[in-house]
Formats: sequence, C-alpha cells, structure tokens
Amino acid sequence: MKDVREALMIGRNSEGKLVRRPVSPFMLGSAYRFQMSSLSSILHRITGCALGAGTILMTLWLVCAASGDGAFSIIQAIWASWIGMLILFGFTVALFYHFCNGIRHLAWDSGKGFELPDMHRNGKLVFAGTVALTVLFWVVALLVW
Amino acid sequence: MSTQDKSPSITMRRSQLGRARGLGSAKHGAAHWWAERVTSVALLPLSLYFVVSVIMLLGADAHAMHAYMAEPWNSALFLALIIIMFYHLSMGLQVVVEDYVPNEAKRLLMVMVLKGIIIFLALASAVSVLKLALS
Repeated sequence: MKDVREALMIGRNSEGKLVRRPVSPFMLGSAYRFQMSSLSSILHRITGCALGAGTILMTLWLVCAASGDGAFSIIQAIWASWIGMLILFGFTVALFYHFCNGIRHLAWDSGKGFELPDMHRNGKLVFAGTVALTVLFWVVALLVW
Repeated sequence: MSTQDKSPSITMRRSQLGRARGLGSAKHGAAHWWAERVTSVALLPLSLYFVVSVIMLLGADAHAMHAYMAEPWNSALFLALIIIMFYHLSMGLQVVVEDYVPNEAKRLLMVMVLKGIIIFLALASAVSVLKLALS
C-alpha cells in the first residue's frame, strides 16, 4: 500500500467478501451492469457522433463526383476495397441504429413506451431492427455491386 | 422573513452575481429541442432514400453518377437531405459538446469550430450536387 487513501478503496460486497472498490471506466461491464436504458442511450450518442464523422465521407464522395472522372473512380475504388467496405459497414450499422432508436425517441416524446417492460421490449426491437436492416442492406448491396 | 411582512414574495434561488450576468436559461431550449425533432422526422424518409441511392450507385462510374444527379428529383432530394441532415448534426453535436465541456471558453470555441466545419461540409456537398445537376 503506497497511499493511505488506498485503505478507503477496500470495501465489502453484498456477500460480505472484502473487495477492491471498482473505479469508474473499469467498472463498466464488471461491477456496473449495463442496462437497456443506459446502453441504448449512450449508443444513440456514439452512433450520432460516428454518423457526424461519416458525413465527411459523403461530402468527399459528392465532391469527387463533381470534380471529374478521375477523382470519382478513385473514391469508388476506395469503397470497393476491404478497408472501404469495413468503413461502410460501420457506417450502415451506425445509421440503422440511430434510425431505429430515433423512432424510439420520437415515440417517447409523444409519451408512449415509457413503462419499464415496454422500454426493455422496444430496446430489444431496436437492436433486432438494426441487425435486420444492416443484413438486408449488405445482402442487396453485395448482389448489385 | 418577519411575521409583519404580509406581501407576497418569491424567493430567488440564484445568486446575485448569476442574476446580474444573466446566466441560466437562454430561453432557446424549446426551439432547439423542437427543431431536433422536426429534422429527425424529415430524416426518416430522407435517410432511407439516401441508403437506396447508395445501393443504386455502388460501383457506378462518373457518367452514371452524373446522370443520377441530373434527375431533378434526385438532386432536390439530395439537397433536402444535405440541408436537414447537417442542421440536425449541428444541433446534436452542440448538445454533446455542451454536456461534456465544462470550461465556458473551450465550450464556445468547440461549438463554433464544429459549426464552422459543418457549414463548410454542407456547402461543399450542396455545391457538388448542384454542379452535377446543372452541368
């Protein structure tokens, strides 16, 4: 023990066992159980910010298209590469999650789906919808590409 | 409060300095909140249109892209998407910055820089779509 404050970091858990108290970011997933409410909320923010970064890609795509054949063929080739596809995959997951959970937020704004069992159910529905839309997109995309 | 004082009064819970500086609600919260909702409703069909457009333009050459944006419906929908999406993004990112940056100067600067970048991206996208549509 290097610091007297370390003594305060020892506590008892609900079974009476002596444990080190969990510290903030490292407690996520271990001592702090993710709940549908907090997880779906933070994912809405993270995907929103990711989509914000994604708008740079959309802008690049449109600017390349407007600047000529050479630039456009380069950016289309980048999307077709494995790293481009990986970025696009992340983009579609973020988009479909934000889309589905956005509908959930609009339902909440109109006063619907607030009860805990409903909130858990529509949260699972959002995750299922995200997976379904992402799979649908990539099945169609890989068929027409 | 003394017992003789019968006049109705309101207890101000804000400090005198806070009142003098006019801090607190800017009275713009409801408009911001409502605009975020309105743009999100508009983005539901527009983002689906964007996804379908992306699928139709996968592997397209410059000629096919030009022909797509030369259709007035497509360029109009893309312009609507660009305007509404970047507006929605600027409001969303502003809230994120305001939530996580406690220093007032840093917060103002970050919001300004982000909004500047967003306006530039929106203009670059819109000009590109217009160039494809009109040339």
